Amino acid sequence: MLMPKAFLMIQLTINGKPRRFDGDPDMPLLWYLRDEIELTGTKFGCGMGLCGACTVHVNGEAARSCVTPMSAAAGKSITTIEGLSATGAHPLQKAWEAANVPQCGYCQSGQIMQAAAMLKSKPHPTDADIDSTMSGNICRCGTYQRIRQAIHMAAKGGKA
Amino acid sequence: MIENLNVSRRGFLGHIFSAGALVLAAPVLPEALRAQQASNTGTDHIWQPSVYLGIEPDGTVKIVAHRSEMGTGCKTSLPMIVADELEADWTRVTVVQAPGDVKYGSQNTDGSCSVRDFYDTLRLAGASARSMLEYAAAQKWGVPELECEGRNGYVVHTKSSRKISYGELVPLASAATAPSPNTVRLKKPEQFRYIGKNIPVVDLQHIVTGKAVFGIDARMPDMVYAAVSRPPVLGSTLRSVNDAEARQVRGVQQIITLDLAKPPYGFKALGGPAVIANNSWAALQGRNKLKVEWNLSEHAKYDSTSYKATLIETSKKPGRVARETGNVDSIFAKGGAIHEASYYTPMLAHAPMEPPAAVASYKDGKVEILASTQNPQAVQDTVAKALGIRAQDVLCNVTLLGGGFGRKSKPDYCAEAALLSKQVGKPVKIVWSREDDIQFDYYHSPAAMYMKAATDSKGLPTAWLQRSVFPPIASQNNLAEQYGGSQLGMGWYDIPYPIPNLRVENGPAQAHIRIGWMRSVSNIYHAFGVQSFTDELAAAAGRDRVEYLLDIIGQPRTINLGKEGLKTPARENPKFPFDTARLRNVIETVAKNSNWANHKPGNGRALGIAAHRSFLTYVAAVVDVEVANGNVILHRVDLALDPGRIINPDRVKSQFEGAAVFGASVALMGDLTVADGKVKQSNFNGYPVARMNQAPFETHVTVIASDAPPAGVGEPGVPPIAPAICNAIFAATGKRIRDLPIGKQLSA
Repeated sequence: MLMPKAFLMIQLTINGKPRRFDGDPDMPLLWYLRDEIELTGTKFGCGMGLCGACTVHVNGEAARSCVTPMSAAAGKSITTIEGLSATGAHPLQKAWEAANVPQCGYCQSGQIMQAAAMLKSKPHPTDADIDSTMSGNICRCGTYQRIRQAIHMAAKGGKA
Repeated sequence: MIENLNVSRRGFLGHIFSAGALVLAAPVLPEALRAQQASNTGTDHIWQPSVYLGIEPDGTVKIVAHRSEMGTGCKTSLPMIVADELEADWTRVTVVQAPGDVKYGSQNTDGSCSVRDFYDTLRLAGASARSMLEYAAAQKWGVPELECEGRNGYVVHTKSSRKISYGELVPLASAATAPSPNTVRLKKPEQFRYIGKNIPVVDLQHIVTGKAVFGIDARMPDMVYAAVSRPPVLGSTLRSVNDAEARQVRGVQQIITLDLAKPPYGFKALGGPAVIANNSWAALQGRNKLKVEWNLSEHAKYDSTSYKATLIETSKKPGRVARETGNVDSIFAKGGAIHEASYYTPMLAHAPMEPPAAVASYKDGKVEILASTQNPQAVQDTVAKALGIRAQDVLCNVTLLGGGFGRKSKPDYCAEAALLSKQVGKPVKIVWSREDDIQFDYYHSPAAMYMKAATDSKGLPTAWLQRSVFPPIASQNNLAEQYGGSQLGMGWYDIPYPIPNLRVENGPAQAHIRIGWMRSVSNIYHAFGVQSFTDELAAAAGRDRVEYLLDIIGQPRTINLGKEGLKTPARENPKFPFDTARLRNVIETVAKNSNWANHKPGNGRALGIAAHRSFLTYVAAVVDVEVANGNVILHRVDLALDPGRIINPDRVKSQFEGAAVFGASVALMGDLTVADGKVKQSNFNGYPVARMNQAPFETHVTVIASDAPPAGVGEPGVPPIAPAICNAIFAATGKRIRDLPIGKQLSA
């Protein structure tokens, strides 16, 4: 018997909270976050994993939510910018403020999430580490040198 | 000039200020201009003062930001000006974003003029409020007003050191008449509390925690999402739509076809079939599954390769003369050292990280819209025209903008949202993919520049001819318009070289696509032509580039374009004369800061310099460039600028750091091509912009301290970057880049 396309219940954890989703399993995690559960800190930039604006953590690793289908997020633990720190006081967030990194600010959620994932594996990155890890994240305003500065600052415990 | 609004007149402000607040309003246009506009329009609405600040009885100071925040920091720097003259305590200041309303004067956040156009008015508004509070305190204490001084949220009695908070004075001050502008004491610059100091932008914490609301994040209750299939070639008409597959997409609700725009296209919604859905993804998926056939217009013949050839060919033929002194032809006819070069820059897209975004709700003949827009009044006008309603029946609230660069001055996307909302009967969020953004932009035009000079024994020009050709922005409103008009004032007829025989020309170019203004506009290609050619002449003469640049600019003087042969006199702005001493100064400063004199080219690495004045700000750039295996490495950029007085120095610096990156994108990789009338690129794969590993590694910005009136800072950093990079490449490798982007030209 021909069955309609099945939409199974997908369970996942977002910022520590269990969630259930029974929509199109092909829908990217980005749109679930933004449109379905109103976590709009994660941004749309390209839809093809080219710009990094949509970067979140999937089981602790940086992932482009615009090309991560809900089916691939099933059973995973997702962290978005809203969940990076309960108080907004993650060392990178404090460094971003101290260095006055943002201009328009739109790409910065993705930049911070990418940098946060990097610092977990490389707590003291070199310029070359930063450039190679962060080059997947576009900032059209051109805040790159302050992003690099803020990452160093956070790695040194907040010192410039 | 300044008005104390009584309660009855501020009903429209009820959502911002409480009934007990002291609310001050100021007209925003200089008297002469206001009179002129009133007589032109026959209306008096521009006499209505705009509201800039209110002080609540609890001491909270509310300052209205009437321009859009897209990353320049103006939502913070404009209120800083008010707060400074008011002597407000910045920690008690709340900034309120204004909706679109003609009473604010121009809200078009464009042309690098937010501070420049409102500095005086905002100071006056702040100082008037302070004066009223000082008057109130004097009344309360029974002391002379001159002994009362506003200081950081309090009025202090200077003789007794008694003090009273602004909040406590509000009831008394509210009853006072606003002082005449002639009697208001403005501060001396040395008394500034905030102007010239670094203050973090008001949205900083919200941005780093993901709480900031951009247009794409805006919501309205019960809203639906829409994606539009627009005509791929400008002016095409709909032949057929098959929406069977689109309707199968889960979450798709309905398909609505918007009327197609007719020329002039202006800011109109382009039209086409629209998919209405439960979420952005379903709308985009549904739209991609529409099978739409178009009857292509004559613009389907537009091909960027042949178009480029035509622009270059046109640039070699006589054009319209914009400025002329002496007789270049007679000098060229004498022969001798004659130099010629052609330059070309391609079509570019703005590509702000947030694509165009808005949510609109139509109800009972009125529209409410939340928009990521640089120009909320244009949103009102455009939406009103599209729906046949009055502009004042369109309430446009402005969100933060995820970048703008000029794209979001053009509210076609807002009209789409409003038109669809009317048809759906619900609020509609319009969803633009990156593909939509890059394929339906108002493009930065391609341009060809032809340059010719005769030089003397020092290599300096005795005659100079320059001709630019590009489809003009005016084609937006009249596709037949082929000449540059006011765009020639952007780094072209205002060339600052005192050459005895000089002719500035512009040739015709037909637009086949929507052309618009992008950050720095025509200054980008004009500076590329002038500053590259200057470097070529210096190279031909074997001269040091800094010395040559200073020589060709000549002795310090004030340029009077009217006297120097400008054909169509531009309105001279006596407040901002073109002072070449300031241009020389930024060149000398950047040379010093970059250690120009001691830096010798070698191993494929060299410095390059360019200088350009735009948006009334003087800028010089030195770029340290290495060419390795055909790749361009931008080690360092030094920028020196003289923008007059600045408000928030760190934000000024950040604009120029960003301009170096934006300029790097222009120089290295920006390139849109067109085949069969359709833009070939559609995302950051085909249309790359500079990433961290391609951008300048470090940019050092030096701001010349100045008491001159504030000039622009958002745009003037971009124009000198591409020519400075290409001049450095020539110094490093001997290869002259005359055709942008650099791309793979150095690989061979």
